[in-house]
Amino acid sequence: MSAVALAWQQFRFERKLFWRNPSAAFFNFLLPLLLLVLIATAFASDGSELDVLIPGVAGMGVLATTFTALAYNLTLLRDEGVLKRIRGTPMPAGAYLAGFIGSATLNAILQVTLVVAIGNLLYGVDWPQNPATLVGFTLLGVICFASLGVAFSHIIPNEEAAPAYTNAVFLPVIFISGVFYSSDDLPTALRGVAEALPLKHLIDGLSEGIVGGGSDIGTAAVVVAAWAAAALFLAVRFFRWE
Amino acid sequence: MTDLHKAYGPVEAVRGLSFEVGRGEVFGLLGPNGAGKTTTVEILEGYRQRSAGDVRVLGHDPETRDRDLQQRVGIVLQNCGFYPRVTVQEAVEHFAKAYDTPRDADETIALVGLGEKSDARTKDLSGGQRRRLDLALALVGDPELVFLDEPTTGFDPAARRTAWGVVKTLKELGKTVLLTTHYLEEAHELADRVAIVKDGRIVAEGPPDQLGPGSSGYRVSYISAGSRVEHQTDDPTELLHRLTRDAIARGERLEGLEVTRPTLEEVYLQLTTEADSG
Repeated sequence: MSAVALAWQQFRFERKLFWRNPSAAFFNFLLPLLLLVLIATAFASDGSELDVLIPGVAGMGVLATTFTALAYNLTLLRDEGVLKRIRGTPMPAGAYLAGFIGSATLNAILQVTLVVAIGNLLYGVDWPQNPATLVGFTLLGVICFASLGVAFSHIIPNEEAAPAYTNAVFLPVIFISGVFYSSDDLPTALRGVAEALPLKHLIDGLSEGIVGGGSDIGTAAVVVAAWAAAALFLAVRFFRWE
Repeated sequence: MTDLHKAYGPVEAVRGLSFEVGRGEVFGLLGPNGAGKTTTVEILEGYRQRSAGDVRVLGHDPETRDRDLQQRVGIVLQNCGFYPRVTVQEAVEHFAKAYDTPRDADETIALVGLGEKSDARTKDLSGGQRRRLDLALALVGDPELVFLDEPTTGFDPAARRTAWGVVKTLKELGKTVLLTTHYLEEAHELADRVAIVKDGRIVAEGPPDQLGPGSSGYRVSYISAGSRVEHQTDDPTELLHRLTRDAIARGERLEGLEVTRPTLEEVYLQLTTEADSG
């Protein structure tokens, strides 16, 4: 089988594994959507709050399905010796990782789609104003946060530590990056941190794609792309099979 | 493989190991824990880079991780996990895809004796069953050469017999097997040739029956004045002649006279403890 065919086989296998893990499916998929519905129903009385919330939860969905899921799963597979076993077969490393990361990418795309659909169907938010921008930022976000997830797995010592490590990043970052409220309302110091990290910029780009408004997204694209390049380098350079 | 060296920082795990394994042969690396067996095998498998020496596996340098080589090799590692939430059947079928000419998945599962467990999830397997699945995943590519790193450690005696049966089947199929073990019985039962490894060096090598350090091939013992006297020799004929002649000259009998060849276990213990004191 060619490397491309093997990557496809691995992708299909990963899809099967994903749906067989109800708790992962819940945390990756349902929890962000549940938060969206709860917060939108409880607090978002007008359109402007929804305009912050919908892109915010879409960004959080990208973070959860790529960064958190990959960092966690890679640590587990490495700790259990599954990566080492794969390394001993003729499966090309690139084909394996393409299938594995491709599955996370599909989750991210599904998540963004679901968030947008729920926003429209339940809360009357308009369909995306700039679909090309939305697609572009979703893909850029996936590359950035998938690479960060792989790179981050290198510093997680073992399986037991994985939830603590990933949550130690995930929770503070969604808190300061304007997922549930605009990050413009934060104190200057925290805003500075959020500005330096990629999630806030991803959400800005998604916001332009979904809500529109004509704001400049050049800086946002550059920051996410810079993080993506650095993370990709670290992910490849320090990859460990065991 | 000639003069293999592997150092981890200042620690030399393998210090000048050389051996050759012929096609269709079962070769055993026998030694205590920490002797350098796993390091050696993992270099041959392509997991580690050697510090020095020349290594060829089926004509390839394993360090280059050539895909053509990996198509022809099956690896059973120590302590290696499975994909979670898949059945035995699914795991074997999935791994088969990476090979150009795989064995049939059902046939492979039957070969290792997991036929009744093919629909069981991997997490529900017992220790022995997990080891058999390890073997199935190593064999599904129909390899010419199989590496077995301590394949039966932690097995109960019945499971060990079953695993030995599988290794013997591999030999009948004409596969070359490189096996590491710290069980003497296992090396004796399975290997055509054994190398005893201690502190990163081979201290003895040969067919298990004929293994013996050069200086003490035979042991001649008898009881004299109530205690057992022991001689070690490569030439028991000459020694016996001398001992019996002297005894007859003194008008004595050599009580409890015995001539024995050391067992593999004795050779092993002697060699590994000798190296300890050296």
